[in-house]
Amino acid sequence: MVQLTLPRGSKPTTGKVHKAPAGAQNVKTYKVYRYDPEVDADPRWDVYEVSADDHGPMLLDALIHIKNEIDPTLTFRRSCREGICGSCSMNIDGRNALACTKGMDECASNTIAIAPLPHQPVVKDLVTDLSLFYAQYDSIQPWLQSDEPDPEKERLQSPEERSKLDGLYECILCACCSTSCPSYWWNQTEYLGPAALLQSYRWIADSRDDATDKRLDDLEDPFKLYRCHTIMNCAQVCPKGLNPAKAIAETKKLMVSPSRKKSEATA
Amino acid sequence: MSSSPQPGDASNDPVTDQTGRFVRQPNGRVRPLSPHLQIWRFHITMWGSILNRGAAIGLSFGALFVVAWMVAAACGPDAYATYTGLMGSPLGLLIWFGITVAAAYHLTAGVRHLIWDAGSGLSIKGADTLTWISIVAAIVLAVGFWAALFLSGKVVL
Repeated sequence: MVQLTLPRGSKPTTGKVHKAPAGAQNVKTYKVYRYDPEVDADPRWDVYEVSADDHGPMLLDALIHIKNEIDPTLTFRRSCREGICGSCSMNIDGRNALACTKGMDECASNTIAIAPLPHQPVVKDLVTDLSLFYAQYDSIQPWLQSDEPDPEKERLQSPEERSKLDGLYECILCACCSTSCPSYWWNQTEYLGPAALLQSYRWIADSRDDATDKRLDDLEDPFKLYRCHTIMNCAQVCPKGLNPAKAIAETKKLMVSPSRKKSEATA
Repeated sequence: MSSSPQPGDASNDPVTDQTGRFVRQPNGRVRPLSPHLQIWRFHITMWGSILNRGAAIGLSFGALFVVAWMVAAACGPDAYATYTGLMGSPLGLLIWFGITVAAAYHLTAGVRHLIWDAGSGLSIKGADTLTWISIVAAIVLAVGFWAALFLSGKVVL
């Protein structure tokens, strides 16, 4: 359901301000969303003033600096620091991104707001509960389903067939796209969201997979696929430069393709 | 704080979803919902989408004025004259202009969606360009339509 405002108890209040030491050069201001599940208080915006000279060029460097030097209570996920694990996805400067690949100089505003991924349940500070997101990935059956018996060696593809997976297989499941999507915000329990749909198309497009018709049948639903209204936020924010909107459009085309064989149940 | 939600009271839960993610925390509250519209910096494609939805809602109300026009015509010359006089006033013309803009944008945004549904124009640059074109073209169409009406003398202020 569309609810434009935040429910009671979710609206962030004004929090603490951590001033930069006097004489600090090149100071950047970070407005960071905080929520502590052990304290009976609404979420809040804490402000940290940090000299950009004290840490590396990325937003993750700034967050680690804040946690190490200013406020050890700040909680966020991070691991690889090079844009391949997808852990440090969050909302930076009004757009979803990976903190480790987002440069400070890329931010439009002077005061950089850092919030958890939008419209998700907050576990603590910048950490959200992504269990639904993972369950949706699971629901599209993300594995090869072939009618052929297992071959002696690998299943072969032509270079042309393999190239159809480019722009699909690179997804790291960081959830930047799904949680950027207003359709997903309003209908995330029914609509699968861009990430799961891109992954679904990754198997539909795979020449070695024989379950295309079954996969399409599974998406034949008013919400799962068709809540995509091509708002394009998914492609706009994907830190890997992928295009879930395109994958969804291709899936929609296959839905009405004459080559599709519907099962008895959906025909 | 006393405003924390009480267990079992669905009206206090941030969203009514059955996924079990909004669990009660050690502080007695359900997990908060992270900010969304409050923090998002819109892309032009997001404006394009929301304007299309707005245009559709506007047209639903606009249709009432068209229906009233026909009802007035069915009620006889006096009623028709009253209605056209009312809707021919500057305020009435403003309403018609609004309806024209909404119809024009709904049309151009529809063409944009046709192109997208055919699988084209879905790169970020392509989608941005298509959205700008659909917005500018809608304004040009609506203004052109009224310019033609005024220039031909069919409508006067």
